[in-house]
Amino acid sequence: MPTQEVIQSNNTKDLSEVMIEIDNINKWYGDFHVLKDINLTVGRGEIVVVAGPSGSGKSTLIRCINRLEEYQEGLIKVKGIEVNADVKNLREIRSNVAMVFQHFNLFPHLSIIENLTLAPMWVYGKPKKEAVETAMHYLERVNIAEQAEKFPNQLSGGQQQRVAIARALCKSPDIMLFDEPTSALDPEMIGEVLDVMIGLAKEGKTMVCVTHEMGFARKVADRVIFMDEGQVVEENDPETFFNKPKSDRLKLFLEQILAH
Amino acid sequence: MAVYELKPTKQPPLSERGAIAWIRHNLLSSPFNILFTILSLWILYIIIPPMVKWFVLDANFVGNSKAECTGDGACWIFIREKFKIFIYGFYPESEQWRANLTMGLGALTVALAVIDRVPRSIKIASILMLPVVAIILLSGGYFGLAYIETNQWGGLLLTLVIAAVGIVLSFPIGILFALGRQSKLPIIKTLSVFYIELIRGVPLITVLFMASVVLPLFFPEGMDFDKLIRALIGITLFQAAYVAENIRGGLQAIPRGQYEASEAMGLTYWKRMRLVILPQAIKVAIPNLVGSFISLFKDTSLVMIIGLFDLLSMVTLTTNDRDWLGLSTEGFVFVAIIYWIFNYLMSRYSKNLEKKLDTNNKD
Ligand SMILES: Nc1ncnc2c1ncn2[C@@H]1O[C@H](COP(=O)(O)OP(=O)(O)OP(=O)(O)O)[C@@H](O)[C@H]1O
Ligand SMILES: [Mg+2]
Repeated sequence: MPTQEVIQSNNTKDLSEVMIEIDNINKWYGDFHVLKDINLTVGRGEIVVVAGPSGSGKSTLIRCINRLEEYQEGLIKVKGIEVNADVKNLREIRSNVAMVFQHFNLFPHLSIIENLTLAPMWVYGKPKKEAVETAMHYLERVNIAEQAEKFPNQLSGGQQQRVAIARALCKSPDIMLFDEPTSALDPEMIGEVLDVMIGLAKEGKTMVCVTHEMGFARKVADRVIFMDEGQVVEENDPETFFNKPKSDRLKLFLEQILAH
Repeated sequence: MAVYELKPTKQPPLSERGAIAWIRHNLLSSPFNILFTILSLWILYIIIPPMVKWFVLDANFVGNSKAECTGDGACWIFIREKFKIFIYGFYPESEQWRANLTMGLGALTVALAVIDRVPRSIKIASILMLPVVAIILLSGGYFGLAYIETNQWGGLLLTLVIAAVGIVLSFPIGILFALGRQSKLPIIKTLSVFYIELIRGVPLITVLFMASVVLPLFFPEGMDFDKLIRALIGITLFQAAYVAENIRGGLQAIPRGQYEASEAMGLTYWKRMRLVILPQAIKVAIPNLVGSFISLFKDTSLVMIIGLFDLLSMVTLTTNDRDWLGLSTEGFVFVAIIYWIFNYLMSRYSKNLEKKLDTNNKD
């Protein structure tokens, strides 16, 4: 199957190859300084987890990477391509970067299979047959192939999020962004989504995940980043991050999320 | 330890069942309710018998001249004799099959549009084709069809043509204005807002006058610009503003996540709108859209004032006939019934849709 090869080619973990380069960006909403001098480099196959209190700018940061948000200062490059208003760049970036949202954002008027084939057919001009094949392949990967003809509102939250991940994978992105993919889910469904994400991580997909699932971070993250009030406050390997936090703010944050 | 048998299901007591229970609950549940029931019955008693008398018992059905309308009730002979004029206006009798065919195609299009199972592409194609086919078929001049000037079109036929063309053409224009109103580009946004608010701020009569008096000023002198086309332009531009507002309501109901997910996928603006946003927004907007189409259907009667002979104007026309003077009540009642049937069907359709949308949203 052709899709199999595509996955294989993404599979090499090579941190020296820069996939995302965030160089000193600043962003304001009106007068509100939401991102302050952020620097971050993500290598091929690297798994970066972003944590921090509500309102600290985590979503804003990862949404700048695929230009769902604009930034006013600094520079972001994805695979060497500048993230700016240039339409050609934007097209390149959006086809390299896929995003999974907190609230799944499946298209309710389309069946599961139509949700998955939309981008391949209408962005990449793939014939329907090929798009459906690819889609079924990824639905099988997230263990949900038997639901292909259903509509999103007929699925549980965990199933919907797995579909959303499969949909993101359909364009064979090099980079996956996750914005709190499990925080809208009932507790018993978090595991099934995390399992899929762990599988992707082990395959060597480059991932930036905003999440408070510390088990996930410990298991697969190469680095964990702590943000507060628009800044990166602390950045470390998971071991040090959780066991030897340096800043008081991180200590406080860890206490709070581990308390329950 | 105790074990219980499964109990059989019983019917509710007699007092809670059937017609008697219904009457008790709905008509006699409180003193005020009882009073209201009596009052309503009395009003019905005053209204219904004379109506039945006028419509049926004392009405005149046989014969073919006014002289034979001897009873006190309605003179339905008049309607039967003038029926074709009410329906076709002055459309030549030998060519009326073309009008029938057109109306049949219209009915077919509506049927395709309201049946769920028909693919969306077929629905859209047939709806967009309808005005073109209707105009060609009715005016002729091609394919060996005799040319029939638009000032011979009239009656229900003309009303339906105006309403259908207005509804179909205003739809895409309205969508563009709705999207324009949401645009990030200030010029497009301002223009759209200006247009929508301007049109919604004036009565249709004004727009029709403008279309029939002002529009020709923009065309080269001596070019006789068809009166019907002027009316259609006016009605379409008018209706587009209302469609735009209805669609905008639908757009606002779409969660931001839908825009973001489709954008993150890499779809271009127009594809995002066409494939993701508009199908959902229009679905939400349909009940309101149908409401504004009902208004439009009734408002088409205003074309009378720029000299077109629609269904309503046929009342004046037929009762001016020396042989049938003074029968305008029958005329108005007949025309009202026709308007009512069309509008009732539209309104029922929209009610059904609303119910369906409601249940869809619940599960
Ligand atoms: N469109 C906007 N306009 C103005 N302010 C905004 C906008 N979007 C976000 N903000 C503000 O920017 C700050 C950062 O928001 P962001 O969504 O990035 O936080 P977050 O770290 O993802 O928080 P959460 O954990 O609640 O998702 C918040 O104070 C938020 O109120
Ligand atoms: Mg967030």
